[in-house]
Amino acid sequence: MTLLAERPVQATAPAEPRRRKRVVLPYLLIAPTLLATAYLLLYPLARNVIISLQEFGLPQLVRGDAKFVGLANYARVLADPEFWSVVRRTLWFTAINVVLIMVLSTLVALLLVRLGKWLRLLVMGGLVLTWATPIIAATTVFQWLFQSRLGVVNWALVAMGFEEYRDYTWFADGEATFGILVTLIVWQSIPFAALSLYAAMITVPQELYESARIDGAGAWRVFSTITFPMLRAMFGLIACLEVIWVVKAFVQIWVISQGGPGQATTTLPVYAFQVAQSLQRYDLGAAVSMLMVVLLVLALLAYFRQLYRQEREA
Amino acid sequence: MIGRISRTTAALLVFVVSVFPVYWMVLTAFKPTRDIQSATPTFLPASITFEHFGTAVAARGFFSFWRNSLLVAGGAVVLALLVALLAAFAVARLQWKGRRAFVLMVFIAQMTPWEALLIPIYVIARDTGMLDTLWILTLVYFMMTLPFTIVTLRGFLAAIPVDLEEAAQVDGCSRGQAFRRVVFPLLAPGLLATSLFGFITAWNEFAFANVLIIKDQDDRTLPVWLSSFNNTFGTDWGATMAASTLFMLPVLLIFVVLQGRVTTGIVGGAVKG
Repeated sequence: MTLLAERPVQATAPAEPRRRKRVVLPYLLIAPTLLATAYLLLYPLARNVIISLQEFGLPQLVRGDAKFVGLANYARVLADPEFWSVVRRTLWFTAINVVLIMVLSTLVALLLVRLGKWLRLLVMGGLVLTWATPIIAATTVFQWLFQSRLGVVNWALVAMGFEEYRDYTWFADGEATFGILVTLIVWQSIPFAALSLYAAMITVPQELYESARIDGAGAWRVFSTITFPMLRAMFGLIACLEVIWVVKAFVQIWVISQGGPGQATTTLPVYAFQVAQSLQRYDLGAAVSMLMVVLLVLALLAYFRQLYRQEREA
Repeated sequence: MIGRISRTTAALLVFVVSVFPVYWMVLTAFKPTRDIQSATPTFLPASITFEHFGTAVAARGFFSFWRNSLLVAGGAVVLALLVALLAAFAVARLQWKGRRAFVLMVFIAQMTPWEALLIPIYVIARDTGMLDTLWILTLVYFMMTLPFTIVTLRGFLAAIPVDLEEAAQVDGCSRGQAFRRVVFPLLAPGLLATSLFGFITAWNEFAFANVLIIKDQDDRTLPVWLSSFNNTFGTDWGATMAASTLFMLPVLLIFVVLQGRVTTGIVGGAVKG
Protein backbone atom coordinates (compact mmCIF):
# COMPACT_ATOMS: atom_id res chain seq x y z
CA MET A 1 0.00 0.00 0.00
CA THR A 2 2.69 2.42 1.06
CA LEU A 3 4.75 1.47 -1.90
CA LEU A 4 1.91 2.16 -4.28
CA ALA A 5 1.16 5.48 -2.66
CA GLU A 6 4.74 6.64 -2.72
CA ARG A 7 4.99 7.35 -6.42
CA PRO A 8 5.75 11.03 -6.72
CA VAL A 9 2.81 12.85 -8.19
CA GLN A 10 3.24 15.70 -10.58
CA ALA A 11 1.74 18.79 -9.08
CA THR A 12 -0.93 20.16 -11.31
CA ALA A 13 -1.04 23.61 -9.82
CA PRO A 14 -1.68 26.20 -12.49
CA ALA A 15 0.65 29.14 -12.87
CA GLU A 16 -1.12 31.83 -10.93
CA PRO A 17 -0.60 35.55 -10.75
CA ARG A 18 1.78 36.13 -7.86
CA ARG A 19 -0.15 37.87 -5.19
CA ARG A 20 1.27 38.21 -1.74
CA LYS A 21 -1.43 36.08 -0.14
CA ARG A 22 -0.51 33.09 -2.30
CA VAL A 23 3.08 33.28 -1.18
CA VAL A 24 2.23 33.15 2.50
CA LEU A 25 -0.57 30.60 2.31
CA PRO A 26 1.49 27.46 1.54
CA TYR A 27 3.81 28.15 4.45
CA LEU A 28 0.85 28.61 6.77
CA LEU A 29 -0.54 25.30 5.56
CA ILE A 30 2.64 23.33 6.19
CA ALA A 31 3.42 25.08 9.48
CA PRO A 32 1.60 22.51 11.66
CA THR A 33 3.44 19.65 9.93
CA LEU A 34 6.77 21.39 10.41
CA LEU A 35 6.07 22.13 14.07
CA ALA A 36 4.98 18.56 14.76
CA THR A 37 7.99 17.11 12.95
CA ALA A 38 10.34 19.43 14.79
CA TYR A 39 8.96 18.65 18.24
CA LEU A 40 8.02 14.99 17.91
CA LEU A 41 10.73 13.74 15.59
CA LEU A 42 13.77 15.99 15.28
CA TYR A 43 13.83 16.93 18.95
CA PRO A 44 13.73 13.29 20.18
CA LEU A 45 16.41 12.39 17.65
CA ALA A 46 18.60 15.29 18.79
CA ARG A 47 17.90 14.35 22.40
CA ASN A 48 19.01 10.81 21.63
CA VAL A 49 22.29 12.11 20.24
CA ILE A 50 22.77 14.31 23.31
CA ILE A 51 22.00 11.50 25.77
CA SER A 52 24.46 9.28 23.94
CA LEU A 53 27.15 11.91 24.59
CA GLN A 54 26.34 12.26 28.30
CA GLU A 55 26.62 10.20 31.41
CA PHE A 56 22.93 9.44 31.79
CA GLY A 57 21.80 6.81 34.25
CA LEU A 58 18.98 6.69 36.79
CA PRO A 59 20.38 9.51 39.00
CA GLN A 60 20.64 11.86 36.02
CA LEU A 61 17.14 10.87 34.90
CA VAL A 62 15.76 11.89 38.28
CA ARG A 63 17.91 14.96 38.98
CA GLY A 64 18.54 16.06 35.41
CA ASP A 65 22.17 17.22 35.74
CA ALA A 66 23.81 15.01 33.15
CA LYS A 67 27.45 15.73 32.30
CA PHE A 68 28.88 15.53 28.80
CA VAL A 69 31.43 12.78 28.41
CA GLY A 70 32.22 13.08 24.73
CA LEU A 71 32.34 9.82 22.85
CA ALA A 72 32.99 7.71 25.94
CA ASN A 73 29.72 5.80 25.59
CA TYR A 74 30.43 4.92 22.00
CA ALA A 75 33.96 3.85 22.89
CA ARG A 76 32.59 1.64 25.63
CA VAL A 77 29.92 0.08 23.43
CA LEU A 78 32.29 -0.49 20.52
CA ALA A 79 34.86 -2.11 22.82
CA ASP A 80 32.27 -4.50 24.23
CA PRO A 81 32.45 -7.97 22.62
CA GLU A 82 28.79 -8.46 23.50
CA PHE A 83 27.85 -5.56 21.24
CA TRP A 84 29.67 -7.15 18.31
CA SER A 85 28.02 -10.49 18.86
CA VAL A 86 24.68 -8.66 18.84
CA VAL A 87 25.63 -6.95 15.57
CA ARG A 88 26.64 -10.27 14.03
CA ARG A 89 23.40 -11.84 15.20
CA THR A 90 21.39 -8.90 13.78
CA LEU A 91 23.07 -9.25 10.39
CA TRP A 92 22.45 -13.01 10.41
CA PHE A 93 18.87 -12.56 11.45
CA THR A 94 18.33 -9.97 8.73
CA ALA A 95 20.03 -12.02 6.03
CA ILE A 96 18.08 -15.20 6.80
CA ASN A 97 14.76 -13.38 7.02
CA VAL A 98 15.19 -11.25 3.92
CA VAL A 99 16.44 -14.11 1.73
CA LEU A 100 13.53 -16.31 2.83
CA ILE A 101 11.03 -13.48 2.35
CA MET A 102 12.28 -12.60 -1.13
CA VAL A 103 12.53 -16.18 -2.40
CA LEU A 104 9.18 -17.32 -1.02
CA SER A 105 7.40 -14.11 -2.08
CA THR A 106 8.74 -14.45 -5.60
CA LEU A 107 7.50 -18.04 -5.76
CA VAL A 108 4.08 -17.03 -4.44
CA ALA A 109 3.88 -14.14 -6.92
CA LEU A 110 4.86 -16.40 -9.83
CA LEU A 111 2.24 -18.87 -8.65
CA LEU A 112 -0.43 -16.15 -8.48
CA VAL A 113 0.29 -15.13 -12.07
CA ARG A 114 -0.32 -18.69 -13.23
CA LEU A 115 -3.48 -19.41 -11.23
CA GLY A 116 -7.04 -19.29 -12.48
CA LYS A 117 -9.29 -16.56 -11.21
CA TRP A 118 -10.93 -18.33 -8.24
CA LEU A 119 -7.84 -19.99 -6.88
CA ARG A 120 -5.98 -16.69 -7.22
CA LEU A 121 -8.65 -14.81 -5.29
CA LEU A 122 -8.55 -17.52 -2.62
CA VAL A 123 -4.77 -17.26 -2.18
CA MET A 124 -4.87 -13.45 -2.25
CA GLY A 125 -7.61 -13.51 0.36
CA GLY A 126 -5.43 -15.69 2.58
CA LEU A 127 -2.49 -13.35 2.13
CA VAL A 128 -4.59 -10.31 2.99
CA LEU A 129 -5.81 -12.06 6.14
CA THR A 130 -2.20 -12.65 7.21
CA TRP A 131 -1.37 -9.05 6.37
CA ALA A 132 -4.26 -7.85 8.50
CA THR A 133 -3.22 -9.86 11.54
CA PRO A 134 -1.89 -7.45 14.20
CA ILE A 135 1.65 -8.24 15.34
CA ILE A 136 0.53 -8.76 18.92
CA ALA A 137 -2.24 -11.16 17.89
CA ALA A 138 0.27 -13.06 15.77
CA THR A 139 2.86 -13.31 18.54
CA THR A 140 0.20 -14.56 20.94
CA VAL A 141 -1.03 -17.19 18.49
CA PHE A 142 2.51 -18.36 17.71
CA GLN A 143 3.16 -18.85 21.41
CA TRP A 144 0.07 -21.02 21.52
CA LEU A 145 1.00 -22.96 18.37
CA PHE A 146 4.43 -23.79 19.81
CA GLN A 147 3.31 -24.53 23.38
CA SER A 148 5.11 -27.51 24.85
CA ARG A 149 2.13 -29.39 26.31
CA LEU A 150 -0.92 -28.66 24.17
CA GLY A 151 0.65 -26.90 21.20
CA VAL A 152 -0.51 -28.14 17.83
CA VAL A 153 3.00 -28.06 16.33
CA ASN A 154 4.36 -30.57 18.82
CA TRP A 155 1.31 -32.72 18.33
CA ALA A 156 1.79 -32.69 14.55
CA LEU A 157 5.51 -33.49 14.84
CA VAL A 158 4.86 -36.40 17.20
CA ALA A 159 2.08 -37.64 14.92
CA MET A 160 4.58 -37.62 12.04
CA GLY A 161 6.86 -39.85 14.09
CA PHE A 162 9.26 -37.35 15.67
CA GLU A 163 8.91 -38.68 19.22
CA GLU A 164 11.54 -36.27 20.57
CA TYR A 165 9.10 -33.38 20.14
CA ARG A 166 6.69 -34.74 22.76
CA ASP A 167 6.36 -31.84 25.25
CA TYR A 168 9.35 -30.17 23.63
CA THR A 169 9.85 -26.69 25.10
CA TRP A 170 10.65 -24.53 22.08
CA PHE A 171 11.12 -21.33 24.02
CA ALA A 172 13.76 -22.79 26.34
CA ASP A 173 16.15 -23.37 23.45
CA GLY A 174 17.96 -20.47 21.81
CA GLU A 175 18.06 -21.80 18.29
CA ALA A 176 14.47 -23.03 18.40
CA THR A 177 13.26 -19.61 19.57
CA PHE A 178 15.36 -17.95 16.86
CA GLY A 179 13.72 -20.25 14.31
CA ILE A 180 10.23 -19.45 15.55
CA LEU A 181 10.92 -15.72 15.33
CA VAL A 182 12.20 -16.13 11.77
CA THR A 183 9.09 -18.14 10.87
CA LEU A 184 6.85 -15.50 12.42
CA ILE A 185 8.51 -12.57 10.66
CA VAL A 186 8.66 -14.33 7.30
CA TRP A 187 5.02 -15.37 7.62
CA GLN A 188 4.02 -11.78 8.36
CA SER A 189 6.17 -10.22 5.62
CA ILE A 190 5.28 -12.41 2.65
CA PRO A 191 1.85 -10.89 1.89
CA PHE A 192 3.19 -7.38 1.25
CA ALA A 193 6.17 -8.57 -0.79
CA ALA A 194 4.26 -11.22 -2.75
CA LEU A 195 1.31 -8.96 -3.60
CA SER A 196 3.61 -6.10 -4.64
CA LEU A 197 5.70 -8.42 -6.83
CA TYR A 198 2.55 -9.93 -8.31
CA ALA A 199 1.20 -6.46 -9.14
CA ALA A 200 4.52 -5.67 -10.86
CA MET A 201 4.69 -8.98 -12.71
CA ILE A 202 1.37 -8.56 -14.47
CA THR A 203 2.67 -5.34 -16.01
CA VAL A 204 5.26 -7.30 -18.02
CA PRO A 205 3.89 -7.57 -21.59
CA GLN A 206 2.59 -11.07 -22.31
CA GLU A 207 4.14 -11.08 -25.81
CA LEU A 208 7.61 -11.30 -24.26
CA TYR A 209 6.69 -14.52 -22.45
CA GLU A 210 5.04 -15.99 -25.50
CA SER A 211 7.98 -15.37 -27.80
CA ALA A 212 10.33 -16.79 -25.14
CA ARG A 213 8.20 -19.90 -24.87
CA ILE A 214 8.11 -20.30 -28.64
CA ASP A 215 11.89 -20.16 -28.54
CA GLY A 216 11.70 -23.07 -26.11
CA ALA A 217 12.79 -21.30 -22.92
CA GLY A 218 12.03 -23.15 -19.66
CA ALA A 219 10.41 -21.56 -16.60
CA TRP A 220 13.72 -20.69 -14.92
CA ARG A 221 15.10 -19.18 -18.12
CA VAL A 222 11.99 -17.07 -18.63
CA PHE A 223 12.29 -15.79 -15.10
CA SER A 224 16.01 -15.06 -15.22
CA THR A 225 16.04 -13.46 -18.68
CA ILE A 226 12.69 -11.64 -18.74
CA THR A 227 10.83 -11.28 -15.44
CA PHE A 228 13.75 -10.50 -13.16
CA PRO A 229 15.63 -8.06 -15.44
CA MET A 230 12.42 -6.17 -16.22
CA LEU A 231 11.47 -5.88 -12.57
CA ARG A 232 14.97 -5.53 -11.14
CA ALA A 233 14.20 -2.13 -9.61
CA MET A 234 11.01 -3.43 -7.98
CA PHE A 235 12.88 -6.40 -6.48
CA GLY A 236 15.55 -4.04 -5.16
CA LEU A 237 12.95 -1.73 -3.67
CA ILE A 238 11.13 -4.47 -1.81
CA ALA A 239 14.38 -6.07 -0.63
CA CYS A 240 15.51 -2.72 0.85
CA LEU A 241 12.19 -2.24 2.62
CA GLU A 242 12.35 -5.74 4.05
CA VAL A 243 15.92 -5.18 5.27
CA ILE A 244 14.79 -2.04 7.08
CA TRP A 245 11.77 -3.74 8.62
CA VAL A 246 13.67 -6.81 9.76
CA VAL A 247 16.59 -4.88 11.28
CA LYS A 248 14.23 -2.83 13.41
CA ALA A 249 11.87 -5.69 14.27
CA PHE A 250 11.42 -5.22 17.99
CA VAL A 251 7.92 -6.11 19.10
CA GLN A 252 7.91 -9.73 17.94
CA ILE A 253 11.20 -10.46 19.67
CA TRP A 254 10.45 -8.52 22.83
CA VAL A 255 7.03 -10.07 23.36
CA ILE A 256 8.03 -13.66 22.60
CA SER A 257 11.47 -13.95 24.16
CA GLN A 258 12.70 -10.55 25.43
CA GLY A 259 15.90 -11.36 23.60
CA GLY A 260 16.36 -14.69 25.38
CA PRO A 261 16.83 -17.41 26.28
CA GLY A 262 20.24 -16.14 27.27
CA GLN A 263 21.04 -13.70 24.51
CA ALA A 264 20.01 -16.04 21.70
CA THR A 265 17.52 -13.66 20.09
CA THR A 266 18.94 -10.28 21.12
CA THR A 267 19.16 -8.09 18.03
CA LEU A 268 20.19 -4.42 18.00
CA PRO A 269 16.87 -2.77 18.88
CA VAL A 270 16.26 -5.33 21.63
CA TYR A 271 19.79 -4.84 22.96
CA ALA A 272 19.42 -1.05 23.03
CA PHE A 273 16.20 -1.39 24.96
CA GLN A 274 17.61 -3.98 27.38
CA VAL A 275 20.59 -1.78 28.19
CA ALA A 276 18.40 1.26 28.73
CA GLN A 277 15.51 -0.37 30.55
CA SER A 278 16.99 -3.18 32.59
CA LEU A 279 20.42 -1.71 33.33
CA GLN A 280 19.07 1.85 33.36
CA ARG A 281 22.05 2.98 31.32
CA TYR A 282 20.13 5.33 29.04
CA ASP A 283 23.39 6.74 27.70
CA LEU A 284 24.67 3.38 26.46
CA GLY A 285 21.23 2.44 25.14
CA ALA A 286 21.08 5.71 23.22
CA ALA A 287 24.55 5.08 21.78
CA VAL A 288 23.52 1.59 20.62
CA SER A 289 20.35 2.93 19.03
CA MET A 290 22.33 5.65 17.24
CA LEU A 291 24.62 2.98 15.82
CA MET A 292 21.51 1.11 14.67
CA VAL A 293 20.28 4.29 12.99
CA VAL A 294 23.57 4.49 11.08
CA LEU A 295 23.04 0.92 9.88
CA LEU A 296 19.48 1.76 8.85
CA VAL A 297 20.51 4.93 7.05
CA LEU A 298 22.80 2.85 4.87
CA ALA A 299 19.88 0.57 3.97
CA LEU A 300 17.71 3.64 3.49
CA LEU A 301 20.16 5.25 1.06
CA ALA A 302 20.06 2.06 -0.99
CA TYR A 303 16.27 2.22 -0.84
CA PHE A 304 16.11 5.81 -2.08
CA ARG A 305 18.50 4.95 -4.89
CA GLN A 306 16.20 2.11 -5.92
CA LEU A 307 13.18 4.40 -5.66
CA TYR A 308 14.90 6.92 -7.91
CA ARG A 309 15.85 4.22 -10.40
CA GLN A 310 12.30 2.84 -10.35
CA GLU A 311 10.94 6.32 -11.11
CA ARG A 312 13.33 6.75 -14.02
CA GLU A 313 12.41 3.38 -15.49
CA ALA A 314 8.67 3.80 -15.02
CA MET B 1 -2.16 -31.50 -16.54
CA ILE B 2 0.54 -32.36 -14.02
CA GLY B 3 1.52 -28.69 -14.00
CA ARG B 4 -2.04 -27.77 -13.20
CA ILE B 5 -2.36 -30.22 -10.34
CA SER B 6 0.91 -29.11 -8.77
CA ARG B 7 -0.12 -25.46 -9.14
CA THR B 8 -3.41 -26.16 -7.42
CA THR B 9 -1.62 -28.05 -4.64
CA ALA B 10 0.86 -25.20 -4.19
CA ALA B 11 -1.96 -22.66 -4.11
CA LEU B 12 -3.84 -24.62 -1.45
CA LEU B 13 -0.63 -25.00 0.56
CA VAL B 14 0.00 -21.24 0.48
CA PHE B 15 -3.60 -20.62 1.47
CA VAL B 16 -3.49 -23.05 4.40
CA VAL B 17 -0.15 -21.71 5.68
CA SER B 18 -1.36 -18.12 5.56
CA VAL B 19 -4.72 -18.78 7.12
CA PHE B 20 -3.96 -21.51 9.66
CA PRO B 21 -2.63 -19.40 12.58
CA VAL B 22 -5.65 -17.10 12.46
CA TYR B 23 -8.00 -20.04 11.99
CA TRP B 24 -6.45 -21.79 14.96
CA MET B 25 -6.82 -18.67 17.09
CA VAL B 26 -10.52 -18.31 16.32
CA LEU B 27 -11.14 -22.05 16.62
CA THR B 28 -9.44 -22.22 20.03
CA ALA B 29 -11.45 -19.22 21.18
CA PHE B 30 -14.69 -21.09 20.49
CA LYS B 31 -13.59 -24.54 21.68
CA PRO B 32 -14.76 -25.91 25.02
CA THR B 33 -11.87 -26.22 27.47
CA ARG B 34 -11.92 -30.02 27.48
CA ASP B 35 -11.40 -30.00 23.67
CA ILE B 36 -8.49 -27.57 24.01
CA GLN B 37 -6.88 -29.82 26.59
CA SER B 38 -7.48 -33.11 24.83
CA ALA B 39 -4.37 -34.98 23.70
CA THR B 40 -5.53 -35.09 20.08
CA PRO B 41 -6.56 -31.65 18.81
CA THR B 42 -9.69 -31.31 16.67
CA PHE B 43 -9.36 -29.25 13.52
CA LEU B 44 -13.03 -28.61 12.90
CA PRO B 45 -15.47 -27.06 15.34
CA ALA B 46 -17.33 -29.90 17.07
CA SER B 47 -19.15 -27.87 19.70
CA ILE B 48 -19.00 -24.14 20.22
CA THR B 49 -18.83 -22.18 23.44
CA PHE B 50 -18.78 -18.47 24.22
CA GLU B 51 -17.36 -19.11 27.67
CA HIS B 52 -13.84 -17.91 26.76
CA PHE B 53 -15.15 -14.63 25.39
CA GLY B 54 -16.99 -14.21 28.69
CA THR B 55 -13.74 -14.76 30.59
CA ALA B 56 -11.86 -12.28 28.39
CA VAL B 57 -14.50 -9.56 28.69
CA ALA B 58 -14.77 -10.08 32.44
CA ALA B 59 -11.01 -9.67 32.91
CA ARG B 60 -10.05 -6.71 35.06
CA GLY B 61 -9.79 -3.48 33.09
CA PHE B 62 -10.92 -4.99 29.79
CA PHE B 63 -13.23 -2.11 28.93
CA SER B 64 -10.84 0.61 30.01
CA PHE B 65 -8.15 -0.93 27.78
CA TRP B 66 -10.58 -0.79 24.88
CA ARG B 67 -11.48 2.78 25.70
CA ASN B 68 -7.80 3.76 25.96
CA SER B 69 -6.93 2.12 22.65
CA LEU B 70 -9.87 3.75 20.91
CA LEU B 71 -9.09 7.18 22.39
CA VAL B 72 -5.42 7.06 21.50
CA ALA B 73 -5.85 5.67 17.99
CA GLY B 74 -8.86 7.85 17.21
CA GLY B 75 -7.22 11.00 18.55
CA ALA B 76 -4.02 10.36 16.60
CA VAL B 77 -5.91 9.77 13.36
CA VAL B 78 -8.08 12.88 13.65
CA LEU B 79 -5.06 15.04 14.42
CA ALA B 80 -3.07 13.53 11.56
CA LEU B 81 -5.93 14.04 9.10
CA LEU B 82 -6.35 17.71 10.00
CA VAL B 83 -2.65 18.52 9.83
CA ALA B 84 -2.04 16.37 6.75
CA LEU B 85 -4.96 17.79 4.79
CA LEU B 86 -3.48 21.28 5.04
CA ALA B 87 0.00 20.14 4.04
CA ALA B 88 -1.28 17.88 1.24
CA PHE B 89 -3.26 20.76 -0.20
CA ALA B 90 -0.20 23.00 -0.20
CA VAL B 91 1.87 20.32 -1.91
CA ALA B 92 -0.65 19.18 -4.49
CA ARG B 93 -2.28 22.49 -5.39
CA LEU B 94 0.06 25.39 -4.74
CA GLN B 95 3.45 26.34 -6.07
CA TRP B 96 5.99 27.62 -3.62
CA LYS B 97 9.65 27.65 -2.95
CA GLY B 98 10.87 24.70 -0.93
CA ARG B 99 8.09 22.35 -1.97
CA ARG B 100 10.47 19.68 -3.18
CA ALA B 101 12.49 19.87 0.02
CA PHE B 102 9.29 19.56 2.04
CA VAL B 103 8.19 16.48 0.10
CA LEU B 104 11.60 14.92 0.61
CA MET B 105 11.35 15.64 4.33
CA VAL B 106 7.99 13.87 4.46
CA PHE B 107 9.40 10.82 2.66
CA ILE B 108 12.31 10.65 5.07
CA ALA B 109 10.02 11.12 8.07
CA GLN B 110 7.98 8.20 6.81
CA MET B 111 11.00 5.94 7.20
CA THR B 112 11.77 7.02 10.77
CA PRO B 113 13.08 4.10 12.81
CA TRP B 114 10.79 4.71 15.77
CA GLU B 115 12.34 1.82 17.65
CA ALA B 116 15.47 3.97 18.00
CA LEU B 117 13.52 6.81 19.61
CA LEU B 118 12.08 4.83 22.54
CA ILE B 119 14.70 6.09 24.98
CA PRO B 120 14.63 9.86 24.21
CA ILE B 121 10.84 9.91 24.06
CA TYR B 122 10.69 8.16 27.42
CA VAL B 123 13.07 10.77 28.85
CA ILE B 124 11.16 13.67 27.25
CA ALA B 125 7.83 12.32 28.49
CA ARG B 126 9.27 12.08 31.98
CA ASP B 127 10.67 15.62 31.88
CA THR B 128 7.42 17.13 30.64
CA GLY B 129 5.19 15.21 33.04
CA MET B 130 3.47 13.36 30.20
CA LEU B 131 4.68 9.95 31.29
CA ASP B 132 1.76 7.65 32.14
CA THR B 133 -0.72 9.80 30.24
CA LEU B 134 -2.55 8.91 27.06
CA TRP B 135 -1.55 12.31 25.64
CA ILE B 136 2.01 11.33 24.91
CA LEU B 137 0.86 8.14 23.18
CA THR B 138 -1.62 10.12 21.07
CA LEU B 139 1.14 12.53 20.05
CA VAL B 140 3.59 9.75 19.16
CA TYR B 141 0.98 7.86 17.11
CA PHE B 142 -0.03 11.10 15.42
CA MET B 143 3.56 11.66 14.32
CA MET B 144 3.91 8.01 13.26
CA THR B 145 0.93 8.26 10.90
CA LEU B 146 1.38 11.86 9.73
CA PRO B 147 3.91 11.35 6.88
CA PHE B 148 1.97 8.44 5.42
CA THR B 149 -1.25 10.47 5.65
CA ILE B 150 0.29 13.43 3.83
CA VAL B 151 1.73 11.27 1.06
CA THR B 152 -1.54 9.40 0.45
CA LEU B 153 -3.79 12.44 0.65
CA ARG B 154 -1.52 14.26 -1.76
CA GLY B 155 -1.94 11.37 -4.18
CA PHE B 156 -5.73 11.43 -3.84
CA LEU B 157 -5.79 15.23 -4.18
CA ALA B 158 -3.63 15.21 -7.28
CA ALA B 159 -6.04 12.73 -8.88
CA ILE B 160 -8.88 15.28 -8.65
CA PRO B 161 -8.69 17.60 -11.66
CA VAL B 162 -7.95 21.22 -10.83
CA ASP B 163 -10.47 22.20 -13.54
CA LEU B 164 -13.32 21.23 -11.21
CA GLU B 165 -12.14 23.70 -8.61
CA GLU B 166 -11.56 26.39 -11.19
CA ALA B 167 -15.01 25.88 -12.66
CA ALA B 168 -16.49 26.31 -9.20
CA GLN B 169 -14.44 29.47 -8.72
CA VAL B 170 -15.65 30.83 -12.05
CA ASP B 171 -19.18 30.17 -10.85
CA GLY B 172 -18.49 32.44 -7.91
CA CYS B 173 -17.12 30.21 -5.16
CA SER B 174 -14.20 31.39 -3.11
CA ARG B 175 -11.15 29.15 -3.04
CA GLY B 176 -12.21 27.79 0.34
CA GLN B 177 -15.76 27.17 -0.80
CA ALA B 178 -14.56 25.46 -3.96
CA PHE B 179 -12.46 23.14 -1.82
CA ARG B 180 -15.23 22.44 0.66
CA ARG B 181 -18.04 21.88 -1.85
CA VAL B 182 -16.26 20.31 -4.80
CA VAL B 183 -12.98 18.74 -3.75
CA PHE B 184 -13.88 17.54 -0.28
CA PRO B 185 -16.75 15.24 -1.33
CA LEU B 186 -14.52 13.68 -3.98
CA LEU B 187 -11.77 13.30 -1.44
CA ALA B 188 -13.95 11.60 1.19
CA PRO B 189 -13.19 8.00 0.14
CA GLY B 190 -9.48 8.80 0.19
CA LEU B 191 -9.81 10.36 3.62
CA LEU B 192 -11.61 7.28 4.87
CA ALA B 193 -9.03 4.85 3.51
CA THR B 194 -6.11 6.90 4.81
CA SER B 195 -7.55 7.35 8.25
CA LEU B 196 -8.41 3.69 8.61
CA PHE B 197 -4.85 2.68 7.77
CA GLY B 198 -3.58 5.20 10.29
CA PHE B 199 -6.00 3.79 12.81
CA ILE B 200 -4.63 0.28 12.31
CA THR B 201 -1.05 1.50 12.89
CA ALA B 202 -2.00 3.18 16.13
CA TRP B 203 -4.30 0.36 17.26
CA ASN B 204 -1.51 -2.22 16.88
CA GLU B 205 1.37 -0.22 18.35
CA PHE B 206 3.06 -1.93 21.26
CA ALA B 207 6.60 -0.66 21.90
CA PHE B 208 5.73 2.89 23.00
CA ALA B 209 2.59 1.89 24.85
CA ASN B 210 4.74 -0.58 26.75
CA VAL B 211 7.36 2.01 27.74
CA LEU B 212 5.29 5.13 28.31
CA ILE B 213 2.47 3.72 30.43
CA ILE B 214 3.99 2.05 33.45
CA LYS B 215 2.60 3.26 36.74
CA ASP B 216 -1.14 2.82 36.44
CA GLN B 217 -1.97 -0.50 34.83
CA ASP B 218 -5.51 0.70 34.06
CA ASP B 219 -4.09 3.24 31.61
CA ARG B 220 -2.62 0.57 29.38
CA THR B 221 -3.78 -0.11 25.84
CA LEU B 222 -4.97 -3.42 24.41
CA PRO B 223 -1.69 -4.60 22.82
CA VAL B 224 0.22 -4.25 26.08
CA TRP B 225 -2.54 -5.99 27.99
CA LEU B 226 -2.64 -8.80 25.46
CA SER B 227 1.13 -9.26 25.54
CA SER B 228 0.90 -9.95 29.26
CA PHE B 229 -1.85 -12.55 28.91
CA ASN B 230 0.23 -14.90 31.08
CA ASN B 231 -0.40 -12.67 34.07
CA THR B 232 -4.09 -12.32 33.31
CA PHE B 233 -5.14 -15.73 32.08
CA GLY B 234 -2.24 -17.99 33.10
CA THR B 235 -2.50 -21.04 30.88
CA ASP B 236 -6.13 -20.45 29.94
CA TRP B 237 -5.48 -20.53 26.19
CA GLY B 238 -9.16 -20.37 25.31
CA ALA B 239 -9.53 -16.99 27.02
CA THR B 240 -6.22 -15.76 25.60
CA MET B 241 -7.27 -16.63 22.06
CA ALA B 242 -10.69 -15.06 22.65
CA ALA B 243 -8.97 -11.85 23.74
CA SER B 244 -6.71 -11.95 20.65
CA THR B 245 -9.72 -12.50 18.42
CA LEU B 246 -11.53 -9.54 19.95
CA PHE B 247 -8.41 -7.41 19.52
CA MET B 248 -8.07 -8.37 15.86
CA LEU B 249 -11.74 -7.88 15.05
CA PRO B 250 -11.71 -4.09 14.36
CA VAL B 251 -8.62 -4.44 12.16
CA LEU B 252 -10.27 -7.23 10.20
CA LEU B 253 -13.43 -5.18 9.74
CA ILE B 254 -11.36 -2.27 8.42
CA PHE B 255 -9.58 -4.55 5.97
CA VAL B 256 -12.92 -5.90 4.73
CA VAL B 257 -14.17 -2.33 4.23
CA LEU B 258 -10.99 -1.36 2.40
CA GLN B 259 -10.38 -4.56 0.51
CA GLY B 260 -12.34 -3.56 -2.56
CA ARG B 261 -10.45 -0.29 -2.65
CA VAL B 262 -7.03 -1.87 -2.18
CA THR B 263 -7.62 -4.56 -4.81
CA THR B 264 -9.00 -2.12 -7.36
CA GLY B 265 -6.05 0.12 -6.57
CA ILE B 266 -3.57 -2.64 -7.34
CA VAL B 267 -5.46 -3.82 -10.41
CA GLY B 268 -6.11 -0.28 -11.63
CA GLY B 269 -2.46 0.59 -11.37
CA ALA B 270 -1.38 -2.59 -13.04
CA VAL B 271 -3.75 -3.08 -15.96
CA LYS B 272 -3.47 0.34 -17.50
CA GLY B 273 -1.90 0.09 -20.95
